[in-house]
Amino acid sequence: MKNLKFLALFFTTTLFLASCSSDDDNEPINEEEVITTVRVALTGGSVPITLEWKQLDESAGPAITVSGDLEANTTYTGVISVLNELENPADNITLEIIEEDEEHQFFYQVGTGLNISNLTYLDFDGNGNPVGVSFSFDTGDASQGNFTVTLRHEPNKDAAGVSDGQIANAGGETDLEVTFPLVIQ
Amino acid sequence: MRIIFILFFISFLSYSQNCNQTLIGRVTDFHDGSPLAGAVLIVAGVEKFAQTDFDGNFRIENLCEGNYTLQVSHPECDTKALQFTIPYNGSLNIRLEHHLEELDQVTVKGSAAIDYVTTQLENRIEKEEIENLSYASLGDALKTLSGVSSLNTGSTVVKPVIQGLHSSRVLIMNNGVRMQDQEWGVEHAPNVDLNTAGSISVIKGASALQYGGDAVGGIVLVEPQRIIRKDSLFGTTVLTGSNNGRGGTLTSTITKTKESGWYGTLQGTLKRFGDFETPDYVLSNTGLFEKAASFRFGLNKFTYGFEGYYSFFNSETGILRASHLGNAQDLFNAINSDRPLVINDFTYSIDNPKQGTTHHLAKAKFFKRMSNFGKLEIQYDFQFNNRLEFDVRRGGRGDRAAVDLELTTHTLSTDLSFDANSKFKANSGLLVRYQNNFANPETGVRRLIPDYDKYDVGVYALGKYILNQKWILEGGLRYDYNHLDADKFYRKSLWESRGYDIDFPEIVVEDFGTQLLTNPVFDFHNFSGTIGFSYSFLDDYELLTNYSLATRAPNPSELFSEGLHHSAARIEIGDLRFNQEVAHKISVALSKTSGNFQFTVNPFLNSINDFLLIEPSGVEQTIRGGFQVWDYKQTDSYLLGFDLDAKLKLTEQFDYSTKFSFVKGYEREGDTPLISMPPANLSSMLQYNNKGLNNLRLRLESNYVFRQNEFPDTNFEVFLPISETTEILDLSSTPDAYHLIHLNADADFNLFGENDLSVGVTVNNLFNESYRETLNRLRFFADDLGRNIVLRIKINY
Repeated sequence: MKNLKFLALFFTTTLFLASCSSDDDNEPINEEEVITTVRVALTGGSVPITLEWKQLDESAGPAITVSGDLEANTTYTGVISVLNELENPADNITLEIIEEDEEHQFFYQVGTGLNISNLTYLDFDGNGNPVGVSFSFDTGDASQGNFTVTLRHEPNKDAAGVSDGQIANAGGETDLEVTFPLVIQ
Repeated sequence: MRIIFILFFISFLSYSQNCNQTLIGRVTDFHDGSPLAGAVLIVAGVEKFAQTDFDGNFRIENLCEGNYTLQVSHPECDTKALQFTIPYNGSLNIRLEHHLEELDQVTVKGSAAIDYVTTQLENRIEKEEIENLSYASLGDALKTLSGVSSLNTGSTVVKPVIQGLHSSRVLIMNNGVRMQDQEWGVEHAPNVDLNTAGSISVIKGASALQYGGDAVGGIVLVEPQRIIRKDSLFGTTVLTGSNNGRGGTLTSTITKTKESGWYGTLQGTLKRFGDFETPDYVLSNTGLFEKAASFRFGLNKFTYGFEGYYSFFNSETGILRASHLGNAQDLFNAINSDRPLVINDFTYSIDNPKQGTTHHLAKAKFFKRMSNFGKLEIQYDFQFNNRLEFDVRRGGRGDRAAVDLELTTHTLSTDLSFDANSKFKANSGLLVRYQNNFANPETGVRRLIPDYDKYDVGVYALGKYILNQKWILEGGLRYDYNHLDADKFYRKSLWESRGYDIDFPEIVVEDFGTQLLTNPVFDFHNFSGTIGFSYSFLDDYELLTNYSLATRAPNPSELFSEGLHHSAARIEIGDLRFNQEVAHKISVALSKTSGNFQFTVNPFLNSINDFLLIEPSGVEQTIRGGFQVWDYKQTDSYLLGFDLDAKLKLTEQFDYSTKFSFVKGYEREGDTPLISMPPANLSSMLQYNNKGLNNLRLRLESNYVFRQNEFPDTNFEVFLPISETTEILDLSSTPDAYHLIHLNADADFNLFGENDLSVGVTVNNLFNESYRETLNRLRFFADDLGRNIVLRIKINY
């Protein structure tokens, strides 16, 4: 009798536990942290230039577009925007980055051959360290080469050279790393 | 009731005068009905006794008419009392429970006729060693056995590797319940608290078919403490403190047993560590907080009984911060740095990345022993496993798990054993299982393992024939049917690039734009079997030879994976087209089982058709940069090697023992070495035991791990835009050989009773060596643990 009671209790408990997890959500999950699009708006020349790196599906290749050539010997101001276009409307991840500015930093690498100098951060976090959503640079003579934008999550902003935009000691994880082929006319 | 009593009373009175009656009868074994010679029968109150002859017969003369109590005893049996009335018509047949101790043991183990396996080697860790390792994990304890190594993610996530194989190929039985704790993942450690175990056994092969037919690697049996039928209340508390990790373990067990067969055990463990340390730096975010409890109760009568068991396991495990990577550039930086790129001050707090696992296990088991036949067992068990993985995330999402999987399993199993014949024993059983996996969509990360329902049915039959004192033959067959029904979302591009749009257009349920909902359904028919013999010769030599056939259906991770693995910075892709892997394993064990010199040598060959493995296939460019892509594939492979154990008694007080494990694995085509094979390992121990001096035990252990010199080339070339260079990422090269010395000392003291207090100290890695372990997935980022001094106090009450 005692055994029977125990058994009944046991099975009831089991059924209850089992029924907790039987909700079937057959909805696709749109990855929330995905960055699909990086857009850099460059102003300062006679025509604004837009650089775009877009990949809506990781297994398909990216679409990289540069709207035009940069002008020689000009100071450009850049503003970067980072989007998740899988969401509708697109999720502006730049806002998340600005909100967590102490944990993020953009780095800009000028490839061999490309005459860009004087890269300067125009925005800073609460500790006075650079963030890099806005920046500026000067173009030199006509040339071409790669321009790489990297976003690091939780970099060590106090490490040597990091606040000057040198990535070598930054550490942290790469949230994005995109390269644009630029031409200076 | 009263009427019956009066009737008895009257009958007693009316026949009390006649005193020349005779009682004849026979005493036999309960199981097989064989006669018991030498049983002593005493008639209480009248000083009459008798002894059974060779055929189990007895005769008691000159009895007066009336009611008597007869006490029957036999050296190998439980003493039994029974009532009888004179005159007695016919012969009194008395059945005794033969082999009391052996039966108690099997009752607890759960398999009556076959003690796991007879023809395949079984290695065992006993209670005392388990208590000494109470601060460690199940995987750490198993590693003390030859042929068992571990696949680690840091020092706290430890998966057992048996003769080169792990994860879904190693079956873990926890108190008779097959663990369903998402064992498919390489960074998923068994959700078992070592301290619940009374003993742990490893069978290095698939021959114990009653537990499953897919143990391509082997079987780990975590068994609770034996229950002995006597009135007793006892318990043990073990407290340990470690300097490395600055934490410790508290574990307690209390057991109440009754002679009537009732018993109950309550057990709990708390384990807490902060960041562990190498000789040179803190391993940031490697803390551990583990809570476990179990409750077991039951009735263990001779002819019937039941057991209820519930265990809870919860663990929060930090994963080395420096191992969380963004892309190939980060991986390159990490590999090429001698030290982890994140080193913070010591802390107890566990931040992201971390794992949280919870496991509930409940079971109810009933058994009925049948005279002249054997035993029937019926067991129902329920398991609920929840796994949470927290990543370093943006936008305050760190508090939300990136992986949240709930695995629910119900199993009903029966085992019918036949042990009534002294030469032939058999087991057969049936298993029905239902499993549901639920991937919580709240994570905001695509499901790693899809929602699925799985149904399994298994049947088996095993037999053992004892030919004579020397030869035992054993064989068995098992069939398992698996039905898997999943709801899986695929990204359209992957669906097309894998060619699924051509091969499986019919399983698409709905098109969501960039993603497709599909309904893959699999049916697997798996056959497994075993055959072997054991041969004893020259008094103390034993030769075991066993062939086992194991068939394993691909697991959900091998079928469905398609995504980024953060700690490996790689994309892993499974395949819907996989079929089962089929392993043929031949193992031989030659042992000398007594004397001052004892040894076991155990060579094996495991030939696996359609072995599932993962290997690099290319580099994928993403917005985060380059990632290496790893594809699962099937290829015919084989593993071979041997384990060696030897023990030499030097004097009454000194013992020397040594263990050597060696395994090699290759793909059959081209003899490419298999990835993640454990390197050869030599471990030697010198032990001193002085029983006169507080049972002082000293142990000096040397552990030499060779360099793994055979490995597949998984290096890859990647263009790093920051430096504008193409670099080779060296993921294949294995760490150097290392040699560690460990020290162990224990002594017993009298606190309230005899030897109820035991104090010990263990020093692991005595010389604080820096080393890296081939099978530690975090070896690219950091060294292994430095010196660890563990103090241990054990109280028995």
